[in-house]
Amino acid sequence: MNLVFKGKRVSGVLAVLPANERSFLDEMKNFNFPEQRSLKLKEVMGYDKRRLVKEGVCVSDLGVFGMQQLFDRGLLKPEEVDALLVVSQSPDHFVPPTSSLIQGRLKLKQDMVCMDISQACAGFVLGLIQAFMLLEQESIKKVVLINGDVLSRKASPKDRNIYPLVGDAVAVTVIERGDETEVIHASIKMDGSRAAALIIPAGGMRLPCSAETAVMKDVGDNNLRSQDHLYMDGAAIFNFVQMEVPPLIEGLLERAGRTKDSVDYFLCHQPNRFMLQKLADKMKIPHARMPNNVVEKFGNSSGATIPIALTLNLADRAKNGTLQTCLAGFGAGLTWAAMLLAFRNLAFCEMVDYP
Amino acid sequence: MKSVLEILKEIRPEFDFAASQDFIGDGMLDSFDMVTLVSTLDKNFNISIQGTDIVPEHFQNVGTIEALLRKSGVEA
Repeated sequence: MNLVFKGKRVSGVLAVLPANERSFLDEMKNFNFPEQRSLKLKEVMGYDKRRLVKEGVCVSDLGVFGMQQLFDRGLLKPEEVDALLVVSQSPDHFVPPTSSLIQGRLKLKQDMVCMDISQACAGFVLGLIQAFMLLEQESIKKVVLINGDVLSRKASPKDRNIYPLVGDAVAVTVIERGDETEVIHASIKMDGSRAAALIIPAGGMRLPCSAETAVMKDVGDNNLRSQDHLYMDGAAIFNFVQMEVPPLIEGLLERAGRTKDSVDYFLCHQPNRFMLQKLADKMKIPHARMPNNVVEKFGNSSGATIPIALTLNLADRAKNGTLQTCLAGFGAGLTWAAMLLAFRNLAFCEMVDYP
Repeated sequence: MKSVLEILKEIRPEFDFAASQDFIGDGMLDSFDMVTLVSTLDKNFNISIQGTDIVPEHFQNVGTIEALLRKSGVEA
C-alpha cells in the first residue's frame, strides 16, 4: 500500500537504552556450541555487546523515563502531548494498554488519545504512519511515539539463534505539524500467511502459558527453547528480507521521483550485520550509507533499532541541517514498510541510559 | 586463494566434505555454517553472493557451491 503525507515532521528522537550491558564473549558458554564457531559467528553477524533490562523492567518504565527526561529538560511540555502511541510486541499487560499506563504515571491530560499498536521490527515506520494520520485531526498538534521492546525476557538463554542478538530499548519520538510543502512518501506491505516465521507460540489466548509450555526442548542445532520463548525461522526471515525489501524501497523511490543518490542514509531495521550487508549489496548501496552497527553495540531491540541508528550515527546532522533518509522496517507479521523522511534541525537526537 | 574444500574444512574440520554429496542432509552444515561460509567465500573470492542465493540447494556439495561461485561472478 502506498501512502503520502504532507505537512508533518519529526521534531525530536530520544533513544532509551538499559544501562545493563552483556557481552557475547561472556555468554558463549551458555550455548552448546564450539567456541571457535561462536567466535566466527560473532565476527560475521556482529554479536558483541547488548543492553538488557533487569528483571521486572517493562516498556512503560523505559517510556516513562524517556518522556520525563524530555519534560525535565524543557524539550517537551506534558500539556502538549495530544496523542501517545506505543508500538511494541512486549506490552506490560494484555489489559490495559501500555500507553494508558504511561499516561497515568506521567499524569498527562485526559483530553488526548492513547493507543497501543502490536508491531515489532517495522514498528518505527508503522508508528510514524499512525502519528501522521492522527495529525490530520485539527485537535491533535503533537504526537509522542514510543516504540520498542523488552523481548530479552522472552528469549531462551539456551537458543543460539535468538539470544545473542536480542537487545532491549525504546525510542521516544515527537511528531508534529510541519511545512505543508513537505511531502512524505511511504509504502507498507503485510503477509500474515507467513506469520509463523516469527512468533511466541504461548502466552496469548490461543495457547496460555502453563507448566507444559514452559518445558525446554531440544529444537535442533543443540538449541533449547520452550513455547513461552520467542521463535524465529532465521532462514525464512533472511530470505523474506532479501526478496521483499529491495523492491519495496525501489518502488517507493520511483513513485516519489527520487534516486538512491538523493538519499543520504538508508536506515534499516538491524537484525544482524550480515543481513544488512547483503541487503546493501543487493541494492548496490555502499555499506557506509546503510549503517549496521546497532546490533554489535546494543543488540536487536526490534523497532527501536532505526531510531537508535539515527541517534548513534547521525545525531549532529539531524540536529544541524537536513538529513534525507529512507527508513525500512521488516519483521513480525510479516510486515515490511519503508518511508522517505527528511530529518531537519531536530530539537533533540540522542541516547540516554535507563539506570 | 583457498579452495572451496579448504574453506569448508576450516569451518567444520571434523567432517570429510570430499566424501559427501549432501552436506545439509548429512548434517555437516547448518544455517549458521552457511552464513559463515558465504562470508568467507565473499572475502576469499572478492565477491558478494546475493542474499537470495543463500538457500540450502546451493550448499549441497562442492559442485553446487562452485556453481554458485560462477553465478556470483567467479570465473571457472
